[in-house]
Formats: sequence, C-alpha cells, structure tokens
Amino acid sequence: MAKKKRRASDSGSLQKQKPRSATGRHALFCKELGDHLHSRRFLIIVFLIVVTSFASLYGSISGLSEALESDSNFIFLKLYTSGGSSIPSFTSFIALLGPIVGLALGFDAINSERSGGTLNRLVAQPIYRDSIIIGKFLAGTAVIAMMVFSMGIAIGAIGMYATGLVPETEEVMRIFVFLFFTVVYISFWLALSILFSVLCRHTATSALASIAVWIFFAIFMSLVASIVANAVYPMTNDYEALVNSMGNYTLEIGMNRISPYYLYSEAVSTIMNPTVRAINAVTMDQLVGAISGYLSFGQSLLLVWPHLVGLAAMMLITFGLSYIGFMRQEIRAN
Amino acid sequence: MVQKNEAVIVTEHLTKRYGSKIAVNDLNLTLRKGEAFGLLGPNGAGKTTTILMLLGLTEPSAGRASINGKDCTKDPLAVKSVVGYLPDNVGFYGDMTGRQNLRFTGRLNGRGGEELEKRIDSLLERVGMTEAADQKASTYSKGMRQRLGIADVLIKDPEVIIMDEPTLGIDPEGMRELLNLMRELSQEDGRTLLISSHQLHQIQQICDRVGIFVEGKLIACGNLKELEDHIRKDGHFELELGAAPCDDRLLGMLQSQQGIESIEKQGDLLLIHSRKDIRAELSRFLGESGYTILHLHQRGGDLDEIYRRYFEKAGQSDERNQFGKEKKKGFRFRKPSKAKA
Repeated sequence: MAKKKRRASDSGSLQKQKPRSATGRHALFCKELGDHLHSRRFLIIVFLIVVTSFASLYGSISGLSEALESDSNFIFLKLYTSGGSSIPSFTSFIALLGPIVGLALGFDAINSERSGGTLNRLVAQPIYRDSIIIGKFLAGTAVIAMMVFSMGIAIGAIGMYATGLVPETEEVMRIFVFLFFTVVYISFWLALSILFSVLCRHTATSALASIAVWIFFAIFMSLVASIVANAVYPMTNDYEALVNSMGNYTLEIGMNRISPYYLYSEAVSTIMNPTVRAINAVTMDQLVGAISGYLSFGQSLLLVWPHLVGLAAMMLITFGLSYIGFMRQEIRAN
Repeated sequence: MVQKNEAVIVTEHLTKRYGSKIAVNDLNLTLRKGEAFGLLGPNGAGKTTTILMLLGLTEPSAGRASINGKDCTKDPLAVKSVVGYLPDNVGFYGDMTGRQNLRFTGRLNGRGGEELEKRIDSLLERVGMTEAADQKASTYSKGMRQRLGIADVLIKDPEVIIMDEPTLGIDPEGMRELLNLMRELSQEDGRTLLISSHQLHQIQQICDRVGIFVEGKLIACGNLKELEDHIRKDGHFELELGAAPCDDRLLGMLQSQQGIESIEKQGDLLLIHSRKDIRAELSRFLGESGYTILHLHQRGGDLDEIYRRYFEKAGQSDERNQFGKEKKKGFRFRKPSKAKA
C-alpha cells in the first residue's frame, strides 16, 4: 500500500520534472511584491512622498496666480513644475527624493537573504538562479511604477479639484511621459542599490554605499564638472572667456549629464515646459530668425529622447552588473 | 520494498579547488536508493562544498557528479526538482508565517491550489508544527526552524534529501524528535538521505553507511563494522582492563607479556595498547594468576573511537606530506597535546 502511494507520488514528481522558469519567477515576483507592499519601510517611503507631494502642490497652487500673469498657456503643467515661495516644485522634489525610494527598496535585496539563510533554501529550489534577481528587480520596478503613477495622477486630480483647471490632451501626454521618465529614473537607483546588495555582505554597508553615490550625483557632480571644465577650458581673462566659453559650457554640461540626477532634471524640465526649445548651447547665429513660441509635444520628446535612452541604458547596465555579480557569486551560508 | 541496488548519487573524481586550496579532493562516492549516508568530518573538511556541487550550486573544478543519472552541473534544475536540501542554519522569511513560507516554496516548485494547502497541513502535522504554523517565522526557535526546514524540504516530495549539519545547536529533546523524523524519512518513506555532520552519535543512530571526510578527502567509507575492521588491520588495539586487585605486580606482569606496547593507568582502569588482539590470552593469564576481571573492553567499537582514530591517521599523513605548513599554527600546536590526551 505504502509502496503504491510512493509510486504514485513518484510519477507525479516525474511529471513536474520539467519546471518552467516562468513559474518560479512569477512566484518570486508575487512574493517580493507582497513583501514590499506589507513592509513598514514602504509605508514610510509612501508617507514621505505623499507629504512632500502635497506640500509642493500647496506651494504651486498658492503661487499659481503669479505664474498665470507671466504665461497663461500650459497652466496645468505648472501644478507640477512651479513651487511656492519657499517650497520646491513636485518635479524637483521627485528628482531629489526619488532615489531614496529606489535605494530603500533594493539595498538589502540579496544580502539580507544571504545573511538570513534564505538564499540557500531559495537556490535549492528548481528555479534558475537569475529568476531570483530578476524577480526582485521586476517587483521593485512594479512598486515604483505603481507609486509614481498613482502619485502623479493624484496630484493632477487634486489640482483639478482645487483649481478647476482642465488639462489638455497634450498636457496629459506630457505628464505621462514625465511619470514614465520618473519610473525609469527611480528604477536606476533600484538597480544601483541591488548592485550594492550583491557586492556588500552587510545591509548597512550597501545602504551607505548607495546613499554615498546618490549624494555624490545630486550635490558634488556639478562641482566636479565645473572644476574639470574650468581646468580644461580656463576662463580667467577676457580672451580665454571669448575663446573657451563654448567648450567650457559644453564640457561642463556633458559631464553633468553623466549624473542621472542631472539627466533626469534636464529631461523633465524640457518635457514639462514647452518653452524650452534647446538644451545645448545655442549660438546667436542659430537663433536668428527663430520665432518665440511653444515646442510641440513631438519636438519636446525628440529633445529628451537621448536622455531617456541614456537613463534606460544606465539602469540596464547597472542591473546587468548586479546580475553578473550575482550569477558568479558563490552560494555559501557565511 | 524499495530497490536498494539502484545508484542514486554518483560522484566521479569530484574535485573543487579554491585558488591553491583544495576543498574537495577526488571524491568517488556512490549512494544507493533508500540508503542513509552520513558524511562525517570536522568543520571545513569540504562537506558543504560537496553538497553544493551535488546541487549544482558550485561548479566542480574537475570530475562529475550526478543524481538519478542527471548531471548536477549541466542539468541542475532537473536535479533540484528531485533533491531536497536542508542547509545548515536554515532561514525563513521572518515577516511571513511558517505556513506562508511553506506555501512560497510550494509555488516555487510549481505547485498550488487545494493540493498544496493539503500537503502543507499534512507536513506541518508530520513535523509537529501545526500549532506554531501561523506565527511569524522570526519567533521560531532553532529547533522549530529545523523542523519547519524539514517540512520545507518535503514539500516537493524529493527522492533524495541532503541535510547539512541538521543537528547543530538543537536541544536533546528536539534532537530526539529530529532523529526520529529523519529515521522515518529514510526507513518508511524510502528516501535517500545524505547527512553531513560532525556529530557522530546522531549519525550513528540513523545512517547505514558513513564516510569520513578530512581535508577534502574521503579517507574511509563503509558501515560501522567495515570501518572497525579497517582500523583493526592497522594492528593497533586499545584494551580497557579493570582487575582486582589492581596492584604493581599486575602491572609488572602485564609489561612482561608479549605484544603489549604500552600501558596507561586511567583511574581504576588500565589502558593497554597492543599490536594484536590479546583478550583471550590476557583473560586466561589473569585467571591463572588469581585476578578477577571486573572490566574488559576492546575500544574501537563505537564511532567515536573510529572517528578519532581516522582523524589521527589523517593528521599524521598530513604532516608527512608537509601539508601542515599551510595550516594555521594553532592547529599544529594543538596537535601534540591532543595525542597525549
């Protein structure tokens, strides 16, 4: 009897011997998603983002009448891009605080599993090893996307309700492009923190390392860029200023664009502000005959397309590095 | 009846090097279906590395391993779907309950629905975790984690179960339950068990065969009887003797006996080292001389002794091969004092 039972279960296990990689990845994805949404950490982040968003919304609504006087077109976008007297705008808040979200979601992705002894158990299941890291990254990205889109739409909805403004189609499209950019931007930081979680044994180390990178890009990169630009193209006297100013500016902006923070800010200010017509240095020559007006949606998108590609590439390269690192690492308990 | 002769785990010249250090050295091992095999060895002997190679989690530097005829390195997924692995220091997601942890493992194995829930319930009952099943896993004690770990392994109904140091840090009562459970898995379910440990007594209770693993080398393999015989062949015997009266005359007479190398006095007992089995001669001699034999015990019958002896042997050959140089100094200093004791 017992033997028969055993046989039956054996044949059952024979049938499931071809495990599909999707099964494991799906299970992992769901588990990670659930973990994120239930974690206290996530609640804190959401709280932070909600508070700052509403503060910036309050600021922009109170400053709206002034903004209206200067330019009465694309007012709805001003809800996102203009701040109050002392409160930064929604877009600049997100540029600064978005990284925190990404870092908080990923800094202990792998090393906490390792130190908790769950990684061993996980890799002994019939799943491909990359499912683990891919599942984690996708779950993090999904959380980020949900958060960003719901926040962005909530800001718009409350803005509509509070001011009575109705967005035009183009404005809606611009807002969605902005939100998409934000998701890619924050996902980059998620990928970076996962990379550190693969490289560092301790969660504290990986958290500190990723915060260090964030602070460097947000604050120090512009200083470094200007120092290097001034060293390469000095502008100490009038003559040098005349000869070097173009090179100096181009080099500085090029170096700044290495920083995802700058890249994102530039792209967002272009897409959310149709009056921005160029993002590089423009000579007087090029400006001759230009009519002051708004850039169409397609043209704005064309301007920031390289930024999008750059951000996505940064995200994918960082994730690729953590992927390779994780796949090559020894699975050991300690 | 489970067929006993079918080879399940086979390793051929399995070798793993980390830089210049050889973690596992030319391991040849065959485990038959339904067998319980104990991999014995001190910490850092390469047991965990061997297990990781069997699961395809570490690539061997040379040689190959297969489970159920499937190559562990090339086809790890097929291997892992029939092998349950209980790592040492098994961990669970602390903010999930025990039941949720099991459910997650079930999903990873492509199971789900009503069948999985039933299976979880029956397994929880089997390992005696039904009451604690809905507590968070972070509140579990070490013994509970270990039992949940066994349930976790059994979710996929594995044919082979590999356990890494399953008895480490468990209290005696928990240990007894765990050992019963392990015995059940092997004898009633007919699963193949590979247990790595450095705790001999537990291994002795469960395993049909043991392999002694030192410095990446399998220096002995077989059931207890075989190991015992193997040591006997060395021609070294230790006999515990308790006799009354235990006086100097006895000592002197013993020393004059042939084949006795040395005699130590340990409390009431005399420890006699000899080159051959002298029990028969000795008892006759003592009887004739008017002594009463209170205690006569040939050492080496229990695994403890075998284990110690093999380690001694391995240590000696080590020094001969000058491998000792690479080792930590502490070990070399400890060595002589150990031999004295």
